[in-house]
Amino acid sequence: MGFLRDFTNGLWNENPTFRIVIGMCPTLAITNQAINGLVMGLATTFVLLASEIVVSLIKKLVPNEVRIPSYVVIIATFVTFVDYFLKAFLPDVAAALSLFIPLIVVNCIILGRAEAFASKNPVKNSIADALGMGLGFTWALVLLSVIREFLGSGSVFGFRLLGNWYPRMTIMLLPAGAFISLGLLMGVMNLISRKKSGKEVN
Amino acid sequence: MEEFTQILLLFASTILINNFILVRFLGICPFLGVSRQISTAFSMGLATTFVMTLTGMAAWLINTYILEKFNLPFLQYVIFILVIASLVQFVEMFIKKTSPALYKALGIFLPLITTNCAILGLALLIPQNGYGFIKSVVFGFSAGAGFTLAIVLMAGLREAIEFSDIPEVLKGVPISLIIAGIMALAFMGFSGMIPG
Repeated sequence: MGFLRDFTNGLWNENPTFRIVIGMCPTLAITNQAINGLVMGLATTFVLLASEIVVSLIKKLVPNEVRIPSYVVIIATFVTFVDYFLKAFLPDVAAALSLFIPLIVVNCIILGRAEAFASKNPVKNSIADALGMGLGFTWALVLLSVIREFLGSGSVFGFRLLGNWYPRMTIMLLPAGAFISLGLLMGVMNLISRKKSGKEVN
Repeated sequence: MEEFTQILLLFASTILINNFILVRFLGICPFLGVSRQISTAFSMGLATTFVMTLTGMAAWLINTYILEKFNLPFLQYVIFILVIASLVQFVEMFIKKTSPALYKALGIFLPLITTNCAILGLALLIPQNGYGFIKSVVFGFSAGAGFTLAIVLMAGLREAIEFSDIPEVLKGVPISLIIAGIMALAFMGFSGMIPG
């Protein structure tokens, strides 16, 4: 029991981007193209899944005082895997994400879930939690990057949807556009969740 | 003289043009989390600048004398994050012993700095940009100064809108992000200042 709840928890109720507001740096930095958002989300999901499994397996072996450094080393190891994998198989995307792949190490989502969930729960539940949180992060990144790419260059995942008549809003691809579009999107999400909870109460 | 001009340019451009928060998106978490009051924002900036300067120094030394010398690039992330974590711990103990007043002012901000992605980002940018020792230290210090500038400005703006009539759903983080966007727009004005 509880797998489904652990899984869906990250998708909406405790969505890392819109509800808990962590992992903001990659969310803002690499969402200028949909493909970058997708790859970043999946890379983070992989690291989260692998780290939560290992942390959950070794939770009884690690002394309490050194648990955080141990978690950080586990996470950094998996991030190195992902980094070398992307450089070998997706060199273009890896170049676009550049610094933000190694920075998955300090993404608060991963250390946060390792500490708050995997270190207290069995492996099966940790897998459900990691997949939920990771995919919750991924859909937020993809949504934001689709909006920014569409408004900024009239395309989605590199496919031109709008012709040359479309005056491209370059600002959406620049840092300023990232901040403003995420701010507005978060406002919309607050509106939706409030409508939802309002209905449940009535 | 040539070298000196370059260092001065690096200093100015790291603060204004390639600002760590507003252009590179490093260190957004403390930027949103600790920017409610000017005084706390300033303490956070001070602590971060201090650690960043030391990190700049340490990153160059480790990269040159350990990682490059023994050809261990695959250990870069693991080593950097461990060094940063122990550096922060060490700085905390040192300040606690030598200056209790400063320790009180920085308080809980010091341990938080370990997970500030601006610090690891800084450490990773130094080998990537190929800076020498002096440039690494200047880069670390000016990155911290740029961070302080952005977070203090943000805190000032947030204090000013404290009692404004903001739509309920935008209160808190969303409105801060929108303000940061407008600040990023303003900072874009600096980008033409230094050619190249």
